[in-house]
Amino acid sequence: MTEETPKTPEPKKPEAAPQPPKAQEPAAGAGPKPAVPASPAAAKPVTPVVRPAVPVAKKPASAPAGKPAGPASPERRKFMMSWLSFAWIAFSAATVAALSTTLRFLFPNVLFEPKMAFKIGKPDEYDLGKVDTRWEDRYGVWIIRSPEGIYALSTVCTHLGCKPSWLENEQKFKCPCHGSGFYKSGINFEGPAPRPLERFAISLADDGQILVDKSLKFQYEKGEWTKPLALLPV
Amino acid sequence: MDAIKEAINSFCSPVAIFTTAIFMFALFMAFPKQMTNKWVAGAIGLGVVGFFIFGMQDAHFKDIVGKADNLPIVGMIFIFGYFTWFAMKKAVENDERIAAGQPTWEKTESEEKVLVFPYLIYIEFVIALLYAAALVYWAILVQAPLEDPANPTLSPNPSKAPWYFLGLQEMLVYFDPWLAGVLFPTVIIVGLCAIPYIDNDPKTSGYYCFKQRRWAITAFMFGFWILWLVLIMVGTFLRGPNWNFFGPFEVWTAHKVVPLINVNLSEFFYIKWLGIALPQNWFIRELPGFAALFIYFILIPKALERTVFKKLYERIGAARYHILIALTFMMIALPLKMYFRWAFNLKYIIAIPEFFFNI
Ligand code: FES
Repeated sequence: MTEETPKTPEPKKPEAAPQPPKAQEPAAGAGPKPAVPASPAAAKPVTPVVRPAVPVAKKPASAPAGKPAGPASPERRKFMMSWLSFAWIAFSAATVAALSTTLRFLFPNVLFEPKMAFKIGKPDEYDLGKVDTRWEDRYGVWIIRSPEGIYALSTVCTHLGCKPSWLENEQKFKCPCHGSGFYKSGINFEGPAPRPLERFAISLADDGQILVDKSLKFQYEKGEWTKPLALLPV
Repeated sequence: MDAIKEAINSFCSPVAIFTTAIFMFALFMAFPKQMTNKWVAGAIGLGVVGFFIFGMQDAHFKDIVGKADNLPIVGMIFIFGYFTWFAMKKAVENDERIAAGQPTWEKTESEEKVLVFPYLIYIEFVIALLYAAALVYWAILVQAPLEDPANPTLSPNPSKAPWYFLGLQEMLVYFDPWLAGVLFPTVIIVGLCAIPYIDNDPKTSGYYCFKQRRWAITAFMFGFWILWLVLIMVGTFLRGPNWNFFGPFEVWTAHKVVPLINVNLSEFFYIKWLGIALPQNWFIRELPGFAALFIYFILIPKALERTVFKKLYERIGAARYHILIALTFMMIALPLKMYFRWAFNLKYIIAIPEFFFNI
């Protein structure tokens, strides 16, 4: 506003014109004042000089004056309001749109939802004493055939859920995250894992194939490994 | 060359590293004047730099240290080393000034006033430019360590947390996930927030000093250096496949076998010492653990309150004292449990897998 005011009284004070282009607020405020008729040197004296020149003008920078811009203000306000509200609406819409794209992050790019129950072939496909890792990527189970029978071990570490790897030479499952170790039976024996790996329900389907059902799990520490579905006798 | 590497490798183990770090730390806190002396500090700094230069000759060492993920840690070692030295140096100077009855360094300096603009702003501006340039170069020269899309059936070996969480991951080796993953981080944050309310003595604010704040500074630095930074360094550089510990010049192989049989306190107590089977009831079984915790967290603080910390207790009052003691004892319990693991293969003090509750 201070820059605009000197523009209107052009006829009176030609010195005021060169000032605005500099656009230095502090300098522009201080500069013109001494040039104005010898009156108290403060910010106020500028306005009385401006006012007489303004009253009839259609669209002056009326903000500093307030009262004199009477007739023009309602329309101007309407005009301002419409642009302002338009700007605000646009701004809010853009914000909402931008934020709503974050909702997209709630839906993972990779979905891992394998079937909960699946067939994995005939029992004689599994060697005695071997840990079979062929289904670990697809279904997240290890199939182990022990002298007592076949069981399906979960590949989720009971510590914080990483996937341990089977080390054939060392005959143990070893978790890469914090070093928990599990025997072939699934019992934890080293590292921070607090309980053994879980086993899944395993049974024989009508066609003679092994059927693993991951929706049913058996936990050793609850004494569930002795339940009928935890082991498939062969 | 190889003999030196061999020696370093065989010296390195979690307990050796941790103990060395604590020893260095104690030395630093006990003799701050000598340790911040420019010759001593310079020698230590050069030693670290020299070690890195020596190590970089080794292909394997270079591989690990030069990894894009690990560069911030290398920077961290030097940056925090420098600033710790700097603050301590100033503190020692001020301690001497105070002892001699002179005003502190900050007081003398603040008597002479200069304008923020341009003196401070210019410095800040130049530094900001340098930082921006460094970041741009870093981003251009080092490839971001991005990996394949997430796959729940595939855990990279070793699987490492982001570098700033490696301290927590290292703690997870020794503690139950609920403790190391949830309780400790919470207590650390709440505890840090609580510091200004526990220690509300305004006496030494506004200048570096050590003597007047010896215990506060030591406790904080212990938590920061030993329990956070050292653990991050160990987790970054010395934990390899299967989260096994590897010396700095050891090749990371997934087939390193480290026998780690861990035993719970209850098993120690009943089977080893009493020679009987574990009780069926979990409460009776874990009674020794509960007793140990009770002694550690209740009886010892109570005893200290009457004796060693009597003055402290009177000065700061019951509420502050108990919060302070609880936080401090939890902090000490952390390395304590780690030492128990190293010394006795102790797994959990209380182990109730029935409720998923282990300490
Ligand atoms: S997730 Fe397997 S040891 Fe932590």
